[in-house]
Amino acid sequence: MSIDKETIKHVAHLARIELQPNELDKLSGELDEILGFIDKLKYLNLEQVKPASHILPINNVLREDEPHVSLTSEKALENAPSKQGNFFSVPKIIE
Amino acid sequence: MKYQTVIGLEVHLQLNTKTKAFCGCSTDFGKAPNSNVCPVCLGFPGALPVYNHQALNSAIKLALAFGCQIQEHTKFDRKNYFYPDLPKNYQISQFDLPLSRNGYLDIYSQDKPKRIGITRVHLEEDAGKLIHETGVSLVDFNRTGIPLLEIVSEPDLFSPQEAFDYLTSLKSIIEYLDVSDCDMEKGSLRCDANISLRLEGAKELGVKTELKNMNSFKGVKDALTFEVERQTLLLEANQKLVQETRLWDVEKGVTVAMRTKEGAKDYRYFPDPDLTVFIIDASIISQIKAQLPELPPEKMRRFVKEYGLTEYDAKILVSSKNDAEFSESCIRDYPGKDKKELVNWLIGPLLSEANFRKIKLHELNLNKNELISLIGFVERQDISHLSAKSVLSQLLDTGKSARDLIEEGNLKQISNAEALLEVMETVIQENAKSVSDFKAGKTNALMYLVGQVMKKSSGKANPKVVGELIRRRLTDA
Repeated sequence: MSIDKETIKHVAHLARIELQPNELDKLSGELDEILGFIDKLKYLNLEQVKPASHILPINNVLREDEPHVSLTSEKALENAPSKQGNFFSVPKIIE
Repeated sequence: MKYQTVIGLEVHLQLNTKTKAFCGCSTDFGKAPNSNVCPVCLGFPGALPVYNHQALNSAIKLALAFGCQIQEHTKFDRKNYFYPDLPKNYQISQFDLPLSRNGYLDIYSQDKPKRIGITRVHLEEDAGKLIHETGVSLVDFNRTGIPLLEIVSEPDLFSPQEAFDYLTSLKSIIEYLDVSDCDMEKGSLRCDANISLRLEGAKELGVKTELKNMNSFKGVKDALTFEVERQTLLLEANQKLVQETRLWDVEKGVTVAMRTKEGAKDYRYFPDPDLTVFIIDASIISQIKAQLPELPPEKMRRFVKEYGLTEYDAKILVSSKNDAEFSESCIRDYPGKDKKELVNWLIGPLLSEANFRKIKLHELNLNKNELISLIGFVERQDISHLSAKSVLSQLLDTGKSARDLIEEGNLKQISNAEALLEVMETVIQENAKSVSDFKAGKTNALMYLVGQVMKKSSGKANPKVVGELIRRRLTDA
């Protein structure tokens, strides 16, 4: 499988990453290599292997429904690039 | 041409856990903005989510109540998109291995039973709240990470009314389970609808629109009704429908197309590596199954069988859990096998009193023994039904006993013919026209004359006795 530049541009847009033309070339090569590596799975005999969604053999990790101490809103907003009162503020997203 | 409406509903339900889905932040409503937040729900790098045990139990309980198959193996996935109310830039949700599938909900619509399929019930988390002001949008992350269930119905609903009835039944069952507040105004229950029209008899579904922004069950019904009309007009004018999302504008009573983002949605779901898988085995399921309460459909059938109620009456009484319990305790204590009179009082005068006071039946300040005693007075014809209704109202206001109120109000009915004769004669004198009408065969005139006697006796005359007296007096003469 080979990755064309349009696909790279699309994925970059979905991830909100801006790429320079030289980066586009570099990345399409690198991603080709990565996908090529994953393609090796096709040549293995995996009949006995169950599909996994997690690398660790653990399950049902849960916490009890007990409240912890939350951050104060001052602390939560400390690093906000923009705020108004107790709110984070962002450029208006609907008109 | 005749069209069939096809509707599927997607309900998002906030679970009523004390803490959020993946962190210990409180889920209390109405707190100062951004005060129920922590590194996990704010999506700080390195913070690790751990799922809430109570949320999982509530979810399984709900899925079982809707007859869903619980998947033995379930996991969380990341649904990736950018929006300011989503601090991690992904929502933790479930994609290909949802908690449960293939359930159903039995509803009554226009007095007919119908089974509506439930495609899946899955776990996810809520997003934050946005407040739009001039030039900026403000973000409050208190709601971010509150555990949600998404309940997706099959496209089995064929009218806005059926959609409304589905939501009502769904809410009733969820209240029985006590897993959510189900308050649409507070946003703990939200509903989106998919709706399309197809030619009567066609198998393929038509082009659908997705409706959002309804904030009451009535809003859902109104938006769907509008959409049926809009789509019918377009189809009849041979215009092509486009698949789109439309927002309900409650003020104007119309749906408006939402501006579409370019390109199809591409959420790039993948398993969340921060959360482990869940294995829900038979022992967990049977343990939770044992906690399920008797649900409205079973309770209704039992009321019909045990107490001889009609399905119609039973359905009204079981729609709320606490009201059903209150009603059943009244029914048990009511003497005799025939409970009809009591039930008439419960779903008639008592329910109107509750509605008038804007509270639920069980919240009325009422000792059930006083209600039973009051009905006894009516049954023995000691007081009229009309007086009894006013006594009921006073009972609720004052907490006095029915007996005292009847005595204080001097409400004992006059059933004694002699005591009534004088009043009756006056009424007959004063209403010559009605008398001749009655003699001419107009039976309604009798009702009028009885009414006049009731009025003159301040409602204390026994209408049955009065009716009989007047009829005899006028036919003998």
